[in-house]
Amino acid sequence: MTEYNFAYLDEQTKRMIRRAILKGLAIPGYQVPFASREMPMPYGWGTGGVQVSAAVLTPDDTFKVIDQGADDTTNAVSIRTFFQRTAGVVTTTATRDATVIQTRHRIPEEPLHEGQILVYQVPIPEPLRFLEPRESETRKMHSLEEYGLMHVKLYEDISRHGHIATSYAYPVKVEGRYVMDPSPIPKFDNPKLGDMAAIQLFGAGREQRIYALPPYTQVVSLDFEDHPFEASKANHCCGMCGATDSYLDELIIDDAGGRMFVCSDTDYCEARQAMGHKGKDAA
Amino acid sequence: MQANTLSGGFTKPAAQSAHAFRRVLEAMARPGTIQDIEGAAPPAPMSPAMGAVLLTLCDTETPVYLAGDMDCEAVRTWLAFHTGAPFVGPAHCMFAVGSWDALAPLAVYPIGTSEYPDRSATLIVERSELSVKGATLTGPGIKGQTTLSVPDVDAFQTNRKLFPLGLDFILTSGARLAALPRSTKVS
Repeated sequence: MTEYNFAYLDEQTKRMIRRAILKGLAIPGYQVPFASREMPMPYGWGTGGVQVSAAVLTPDDTFKVIDQGADDTTNAVSIRTFFQRTAGVVTTTATRDATVIQTRHRIPEEPLHEGQILVYQVPIPEPLRFLEPRESETRKMHSLEEYGLMHVKLYEDISRHGHIATSYAYPVKVEGRYVMDPSPIPKFDNPKLGDMAAIQLFGAGREQRIYALPPYTQVVSLDFEDHPFEASKANHCCGMCGATDSYLDELIIDDAGGRMFVCSDTDYCEARQAMGHKGKDAA
Repeated sequence: MQANTLSGGFTKPAAQSAHAFRRVLEAMARPGTIQDIEGAAPPAPMSPAMGAVLLTLCDTETPVYLAGDMDCEAVRTWLAFHTGAPFVGPAHCMFAVGSWDALAPLAVYPIGTSEYPDRSATLIVERSELSVKGATLTGPGIKGQTTLSVPDVDAFQTNRKLFPLGLDFILTSGARLAALPRSTKVS
């Protein structure tokens, strides 16, 4: 703990990130460039989210990290331990007890409350990037609110598959202005983005972008009148806790085609099991 | 004067600026809410809240404009010692500090460009008091609507029309602050 400045980053770097976060909150959905630092973990492991967390954490915070909903995967464990060591913060796996939650690719099942901050790890922050590789062009498209290309992409989905086949990183429009990549969360989570009580911050380390959603912001998933947006999930219930309303992971459990579905949110699933709920696969 | 200049900064910079930033973050994310902020003791006429905001956000990379009676020797030397921020005119600043009247006219501050709307000034406005009575606010960060005492409704409406360009405001008074980002509709 004494070997590092509080929360690892030096103060000048934190000030630079903090200024970017404030501008991001003032312009919801707009990607603010920031001078991303090298972190002691590889790109793709959440360097953007870690830098945002380092800039917002205080010594009084309770910190939770999830990776695809789980508290106990490598990425989540290593980032949680990182801030335990460098910031000395209390950590938890309980969603409701956490004040800062760093997440990779999920929004917790339990509704978040005021006083909480959700920090997303973002690989590619630019929703138009796979349609237009040039940053100079996508900047121009955002400034001119020129999002026709995104609708063409969704339309091509429909013409090819009969429905909008985009199932994660599903683009949204924020407050009727900026089209934003919600990070690769399943589209099941998209309805939770809007009107959320907690502050949502997005950090992309390799791509050097920070963006934000203030609480109670209008967030609309792009769609068409005749093909409305649908938040989809596997049509099963959780094998462990029996939940019917949670996002499910599909696990292959043998080489004979056996499979089971379990909640991706481990805290939600364990809390339900502790309350006595039992799924069909529970021991 | 020397003693005044050297004192009044954060005694534990990392922890105190982290706490102060969270207050500013909450204020900017929830326009209209009034937050307590502490840790700084700047020379008059600067309030402790304004001092804490500047200590938290300013350094050698952030040009600051001191407006009106904020542009005095005591404030200049204090800010220079604790942040190292360069002092500039209103057209080139990232942060402008002063009373509402001293900061006018607002048209001279950078409002960002259409491709980089974040390259705009943040105005930190010293107020004699902050109260939750006043103009009606709606927009991102606000559940339904809320109210806040604001200096000038027309100026905020003009600023809102520039969205996504525009200025962001932090109002400070004593040890309290509130924020009005450009996204907030004031009526």
